[in-house]
Amino acid sequence: MNDTERQLLKIIADMNGVPKGAYNIRANGALASRATTENIDIRTKTDKPGIDIIIKAGTTGESVHIPVIIDKTGLNDLVYNDFYIGDNADVTIMAGCGIHNCGDRKSSHDGIHTFYVGKNARVRYIERHYGEGDGKGGRIMNPTTVVNIAEGGYMEMETAQIKGIDSTYRKTRATVSDEGTLIIHEKIMTHGEQTADTDFSVDLNGVNSKANVVSRSVAKDKSHQNFLSNINGNNACNGHTECDAIIMDGATVNASPTLGANHIDAALIHEAAIGKIAGDQLIKLMTLGLTEQQAEEEIINGFLK
Amino acid sequence: MLELKNISFLAPDEQGKKEILNDISIKFERGFIAITGPNGGGKSTLARIIAGIQKPTCGKILLDGEDITGLSVTDRAKKGISFAFQQPVRFKGITVNDIIRLAAGRDITISEACDYLSLVGLCARDYINREVNDSLSGGELKRIEIASVLARDTAVSIFDEPEAGIDLWSFSNLINVFEKMRDKSGGTIIIISHQERILNIADKVAVISDGKLTEYGEKSAVLPKLLDASYHACKVLKSSIKEA
Repeated sequence: MNDTERQLLKIIADMNGVPKGAYNIRANGALASRATTENIDIRTKTDKPGIDIIIKAGTTGESVHIPVIIDKTGLNDLVYNDFYIGDNADVTIMAGCGIHNCGDRKSSHDGIHTFYVGKNARVRYIERHYGEGDGKGGRIMNPTTVVNIAEGGYMEMETAQIKGIDSTYRKTRATVSDEGTLIIHEKIMTHGEQTADTDFSVDLNGVNSKANVVSRSVAKDKSHQNFLSNINGNNACNGHTECDAIIMDGATVNASPTLGANHIDAALIHEAAIGKIAGDQLIKLMTLGLTEQQAEEEIINGFLK
Repeated sequence: MLELKNISFLAPDEQGKKEILNDISIKFERGFIAITGPNGGGKSTLARIIAGIQKPTCGKILLDGEDITGLSVTDRAKKGISFAFQQPVRFKGITVNDIIRLAAGRDITISEACDYLSLVGLCARDYINREVNDSLSGGELKRIEIASVLARDTAVSIFDEPEAGIDLWSFSNLINVFEKMRDKSGGTIIIISHQERILNIADKVAVISDGKLTEYGEKSAVLPKLLDASYHACKVLKSSIKEA
């Protein structure tokens, strides 16, 4: 592994060397290294590119790292990863993709992740996307996440795309069974002429199922973001979706939260707020001695923290 | 020393321009100065002009003899002017600890940040990691605002109605905070207030009414006149009620 690859791993997965527990590192479209544990198995798919991650029922306190890194120009990587989380397990999964593209051909990564969260299992899923390199080649990521939560299951999904991805279409589909919970926190920052599309659709099928889909984003320069979020309440359930965006310079943002109430006891809420940084926020920080630019940075860093 | 020379401020309104401040000249020396006067008299505008948030239509502001009229909010803050807002600003994602750290202008420890919060009567451990957003009450935000100015510890500190929105119990503590500041600080503390107890701990009292400086002097000279005036106002009110 070279320095660029090590640096990418540090940014997307907080990894310094080999992580603890199970891991699978994919570099430039091929397996770079892998480790399994007694409770967590990782198998290469035989019918298509990708892996199965199988977590035994009752596994608690373990983590899985599955970073993907690309530093070749012109590489278009497609991967199917399926996660089987056994009943009553409690685990953390760190995924992420870093692209370093110094060439002039586009490099892309399309990850299709499917989760089967078992009964009363808890999963924390963290996904970071990052791009760098001064080549003219585009850095493109189109992740698809499909989540199936069984009775009493809980999944918390944190996704962050902070820098350097020229174009992204993030699609998330989820179904939640009785007493299940899905929480999604998305953070996006776009600059230059980047575009980011996110598209969530959650079906609350179970009694007392819950979903909270929250997106915070900052759009700078001439970038464009499109936020779609749809929650369907098909049973007695609670759903909330929120999009909060800061626009700067000549950036544009569309937000369309939608709700479908298909049951009399479905309680659903949507919120969306888009605007530039409030003038009094800048002034307050300037009275503490910050320049306007420093104040702007503090406000954005806090907002996306 | 902070000196205002012939400060006037005109604000646009339906009839053209309204005079908010009219030719105010005042010297704020070291010590504790309270500015009082009726609502809408121009006190807050004066404070915002000192902080650089609003530019005077004419007049000059001197800090230790240096003309700072043309300086930005940031540059004035760096020269040692602090301003506690009457209505504190809310931020999504910025924590109480962030605000105190930014105010102090250096990386302070959690325990140092907590000390500032304790001074304004907040149980610090409960607050330090909270976001400065709508989840905090008006009174809590107000105290954090005051703590941020304490953390700056600058030559000139201006507080715009620090008592507004603070409950009675905390108000006594607030008086203690200002008394301590007065004893410790070698600088200038300017407090805009309607509270007699705050006026009582001031060295000097200024009265701004209808955009003009109508009184300025030692507390012992100004305060009796003020109280007398409000006594008369009450008597007039009482007799008019009787007549009715």
